[in-house]
Amino acid sequence: MSSPTPTAAGSRAASVEAAIRAANDEGRAALVIYLPAGYPDLATSQACLEAAVEGGADLLEVGFPYSDPLMDGPTIQAANQIALEAGLTPRDDFAMCAELTAAIDTPALVMTYYNLVWHYGGTERLDAFAADAAEAGLAGAIIPDLPGEEGGPWRAAADAHDLATVFLTAPVSSKERLAAAAEASTGFVYATSTMGVTGTRETLAESARPLVGRLREVSERPVCVGIGVSTAAQAEEVAGFADGVIVGSALVRAIAGGGPAAVAELTAELAEGCRRGYPG
Amino acid sequence: MTATDLPATDASHYGRFGGRFVPEALVGALDELEGALAEAQADPAFAARMTALREDYGGRPTKLYLAERLTAHGGGARIYLKREDLAHTGSHKLCNVLGQGLLAERMGKRRLIAETGAGQHGVATATIAALLGMECVVYMGEEDTRRQHLNVVRMQLMGAEVVPVTSGTRTLKDAINEAMRDWVTNVATTHYLIGSVVGPHPFPMLVREFVKVIGEETRAQVLAREGRLPDAVVACVGGGSNAMGVFHPFIADAGVRLVGVEAGGEGLDTPRHAATISGGTEGILHGARSYVLQDDYGQVRPTHSVSAGLDYPGVGPEHAWLADSGRGTYLAASDTEALEGFRLLSELEGIIPALEPAHAVLPALRLAGELGPDGVVVLNLSGRGDKDVDEVERVLREVSGEALGAEATS
Repeated sequence: MSSPTPTAAGSRAASVEAAIRAANDEGRAALVIYLPAGYPDLATSQACLEAAVEGGADLLEVGFPYSDPLMDGPTIQAANQIALEAGLTPRDDFAMCAELTAAIDTPALVMTYYNLVWHYGGTERLDAFAADAAEAGLAGAIIPDLPGEEGGPWRAAADAHDLATVFLTAPVSSKERLAAAAEASTGFVYATSTMGVTGTRETLAESARPLVGRLREVSERPVCVGIGVSTAAQAEEVAGFADGVIVGSALVRAIAGGGPAAVAELTAELAEGCRRGYPG
Repeated sequence: MTATDLPATDASHYGRFGGRFVPEALVGALDELEGALAEAQADPAFAARMTALREDYGGRPTKLYLAERLTAHGGGARIYLKREDLAHTGSHKLCNVLGQGLLAERMGKRRLIAETGAGQHGVATATIAALLGMECVVYMGEEDTRRQHLNVVRMQLMGAEVVPVTSGTRTLKDAINEAMRDWVTNVATTHYLIGSVVGPHPFPMLVREFVKVIGEETRAQVLAREGRLPDAVVACVGGGSNAMGVFHPFIADAGVRLVGVEAGGEGLDTPRHAATISGGTEGILHGARSYVLQDDYGQVRPTHSVSAGLDYPGVGPEHAWLADSGRGTYLAASDTEALEGFRLLSELEGIIPALEPAHAVLPALRLAGELGPDGVVVLNLSGRGDKDVDEVERVLREVSGEALGAEATS
């Protein structure tokens, strides 16, 4: 399968880091918004992602619902379940992404679990998944249950289709593992702020700041902090030490409350936090 | 036989199966666990304590019993039952939880979490938590808490908290997801005491190391009774811990057939079964590459079995490897066949088996017939059936409109 021509800025993969740097150059932490495809339905999920861009998102993460999302808390699980019960497949999700990426200039990454990538219409279909992701205009992928040591085949497929790879790091990761994850990540490094699954935390763990600091020692890559960030105040706090702030569950809840308009509104508040907190 | 004899690519993979597909936050804990196991295995005091508890507390070694009436019914090979149903807590599960409980203690973790399907593993974990004075939380699919109410009460009596899981399909796989979520969050203080030879490395290897005592005993007992090895060892397979326990010490004995029996539910030609190796495709579930019951896009399918303990869409990676390499043979027995096995063993031997090993009874009889009177077959009777009596009565009434016992004289 042929891939569309890379964007003017260079490769699709490079557009991810470029978007974060551009935000930083404008004096703010990049705001990364996660929303699941197909919640509450495909068209509305696309409208919500577009609303996030309107509200000031610098990067999008489009979640492809999976039957066994073990990194996700109750909010995203429930949204996933609704999409799955509607019978949506990753092919439907890609079709929505193609429309989405045609409508926006903001880079979007797919975020999903490894089995959906690996078993995409059959066994060991990493290349087919990567090809379709590229075809849909996506700039990269985040696979939370794929640690670096098992990540070789996916990195090869992603490279072949000009997709950025993003690996996760945790407060308990050793220095060697942080370096390896950063080396394997071509878009940004995902720092999970706290031990646990996605969802709201009353306070951000003390561990987020030191984790980012430890990553700085081993890598030049941008570092985005996710898991547990839900309010503008928290975004402001994280923007004080990270290159980007990732928010998901809080926006999923906003969809239930007020659809795309509520997403745009909350995104704008979060973006303001990203600006206020950014040093200098 | 030790882990190093295992014909696998490395300790964490079985051929192309196994591995470690988990969130980064768990990698440290998995490394810690692997290290703790290696240290414990090198420490004679650990082995001595485990052996003493296995024997004095757990009732090991369990007996190997020649089932004469079942053998006569089969009209072929002598059928031996490995009596795991007589072990403390009523199933083979205690070997695993005892080993892991002692490891947790060694690592200084005082909180045990577990998933359970039929409730046997949850009961075993609650038992060990009580024995070692630890906190215990058991995740159980809401559907299973109904099917296995007796086991819920047993766990609660021993001080465990049972959390009904209402996410996803509300069965064993979702209970595993929920336990993993708990573990990611509380990994510093908590040991996830996984209940089968599934999950990310080192769990499949670690659990196998603790349950292989079943096969070691069996091997010695058959040699003592028959002066030779058995022709076949038969066991039910859900995740596959009892089967791996009894198979593993025989892997190097090429003349011993290893036969795993999966839950065929309402038939492999329907979606309502849990026969992962017979009816599944390769995938990655709960941290390991293995066979998985899934759709074309990797979404894990709902499964069905009359037995909650086999109602799981994955299977241990070492079983996938045994199947793939041809060393093991895996077949399926339907709900109906399992109920027939349940009835036969109850009526012919006065042993009410758990519904899980009841799946292996008819396949064992068929094998015995094929082998003829000179043959020797071992059936791993992995648990007793008290927990299943209500469910069996309900199912039989649904099927035939009759209460249990109506055909007892047939």
